[in-house]
Amino acid sequence: MTKKVFKPSPIAPHVASILAAVIFLAATVLAEAACARQNQNPGNPEIQVLPVQGNVYMIAGSGGNITLQAGPQGVLLVDTGNVQLSDKIIAAIRKVSDKPIRIIINTSVDPDHVGGNESISKAGMSVIGGVVGYSAQDIQPGAPILAHENAFNRMNGMTGGKPSWPSGAWPTDPYSSSPKKLYSNDEGIEIIHVPAAHTDGDSIVFFRRSDVVSAGDIFVTTSYPVIDIQRGGSIAGIIDGLNRILDLTIAKQEVEGGTYVIPGHGRICDQFDVLEYRDMVTIVRDRIQDMIKKNKTLEEIKAARPTEDYDARYGASTGPWTTAMFVEAVYKSLITEK
Amino acid sequence: MKKTGLLGLLLLQGALANVSAFAQTPEGPPASEFSLSGNWFPLYNEDLPERGGGPELVDYLGLPITNGARQMALSWDPSRMTVEEHQCQVHVSPYINRSPTQLEFWEERDPETQRVIAIKLYVSNYQQTRTIWMDGRPHPSEYAPHTWMGFSTGKWEGAVLTVYTTHIKQGFVRRNGLPESDRATLIEHYIRYGNLMTHVSILTDPVYLTEPLVKSEDFSLAEYTAISWTYSCEPVEEITGLPKNRVPHFLPGQNPFLKEFAERHGIPMQAVLGGAETMYPEYQLKLEQMLKTPAKK
Repeated sequence: MTKKVFKPSPIAPHVASILAAVIFLAATVLAEAACARQNQNPGNPEIQVLPVQGNVYMIAGSGGNITLQAGPQGVLLVDTGNVQLSDKIIAAIRKVSDKPIRIIINTSVDPDHVGGNESISKAGMSVIGGVVGYSAQDIQPGAPILAHENAFNRMNGMTGGKPSWPSGAWPTDPYSSSPKKLYSNDEGIEIIHVPAAHTDGDSIVFFRRSDVVSAGDIFVTTSYPVIDIQRGGSIAGIIDGLNRILDLTIAKQEVEGGTYVIPGHGRICDQFDVLEYRDMVTIVRDRIQDMIKKNKTLEEIKAARPTEDYDARYGASTGPWTTAMFVEAVYKSLITEK
Repeated sequence: MKKTGLLGLLLLQGALANVSAFAQTPEGPPASEFSLSGNWFPLYNEDLPERGGGPELVDYLGLPITNGARQMALSWDPSRMTVEEHQCQVHVSPYINRSPTQLEFWEERDPETQRVIAIKLYVSNYQQTRTIWMDGRPHPSEYAPHTWMGFSTGKWEGAVLTVYTTHIKQGFVRRNGLPESDRATLIEHYIRYGNLMTHVSILTDPVYLTEPLVKSEDFSLAEYTAISWTYSCEPVEEITGLPKNRVPHFLPGQNPFLKEFAERHGIPMQAVLGGAETMYPEYQLKLEQMLKTPAKK
């Protein structure tokens, strides 16, 4: 009852659009069966733009969260959301800046993070330049897309055998040495590869002046972390990634605020929110590891409910990423590491 | 002081019924003839242990907790608080009045109309300042950050200030490891009787509580302010040589303090583990029966 008064629940009027979005989403999920993502807002494509800190904003409701950095040079995006929402995402970007989209960074290869790559890149531009002076070709349509080379290889089929996306969506500027550094809108940006976490191609992005970390799906507030073992993910990598984020963050007085963290899904966070999540994932890992040492089977471990204290907050019995799938992924990951 | 039963139900019913009245005009509510402005000292009653030194470990009596909350609390190792990022952790707004705290209220008014835009509440413990918006503004987006004190809106109901709070960080429902989730919401009534004030809070947590938790604390208006108002906290390496990124916790069934409180006070384990049943007066009959029948070893 209280929610109706204090948190108006907007219902999108475009029923046809919603149905189309749901059908597309279902098709995408089937095509990307190994990628079990939890869309935080599947039936309601309302896009919200929230200022985070400094030059950085969060676009929510677009599938995975999108990080937007705006300034005199233009717009830099971290991730591009679901493909069917690209027009709405571009409209949301225009609420913040009318400058061209200059750079796109992908944190993983999930459809709800790279779906808009092609269409949103086309709405941007590249400045190529050269040593022989100005030519009309110096400015070209299409913003460059950066991602770790493992993500690039999964999208183009070098890994996995067949391209998972059309070539227009592929990263144009894959990187291999971490951190990849660049400068945009008067601030330094570090793109940090976290090996074998959610997948083997994850990046987190640190905006050094704005003091904001864009975490991708290594950190979410809507579910247990998705460990995509088939794409090289692992529980150890998730925990390493969360600890890396904690290393990057500095809390203000009484551990509130300071560095802000944009999760792959969910609300804007700070260091303490990441800390509690890291604690949770570590504790669940330790419990399952202890049971593996005691030669418990996967079914026995599931029956022991090692996540009971967190299920009401992060668990699910249905959907693309259930509690059982999380426990199984942690188990398989730990068995592999033995 | 825990108040349950009819009082709790009446307060809860009244609070929920009044929630709709929080939606006020953009111009804000009319000026109230009431005010809480001033400094308030805590008056301790049977809640002194909790407002002072803190509750004992594995004392969950009288709290309507879920099984999940109980499991989390049983796995909570107090050494967690030695982790640097946890050391300056603040009590969340639903719990902070259960600390040895002094309060100061003041009002922020529109200079033109003198309408109260916000009531400010400074909590000496942890140097927290709460802002209770009185101008009818909506609560933030579900994607907005959460804070220790949350986002509060208020309204006067006669001499009672009623406050609704959302966007609260994860914290303790009791500082012995019992969790409160970041989905909890809080309704408070600040009830003034001259120089005395009773604070009644109704905490709803869909994650860790099976029923709303109703609590109250008392305060007295102070004529002087010779108290400590600061709480500077700087994390330090309390124990050297420990591995980085450690998360102290007890594995299931390995909490060494499990029976400490129960045995010290002669209370059955079933009771100290809490749950909604232990919150109601009728539970005393069951407790008497349990005490007559010694538990099998």
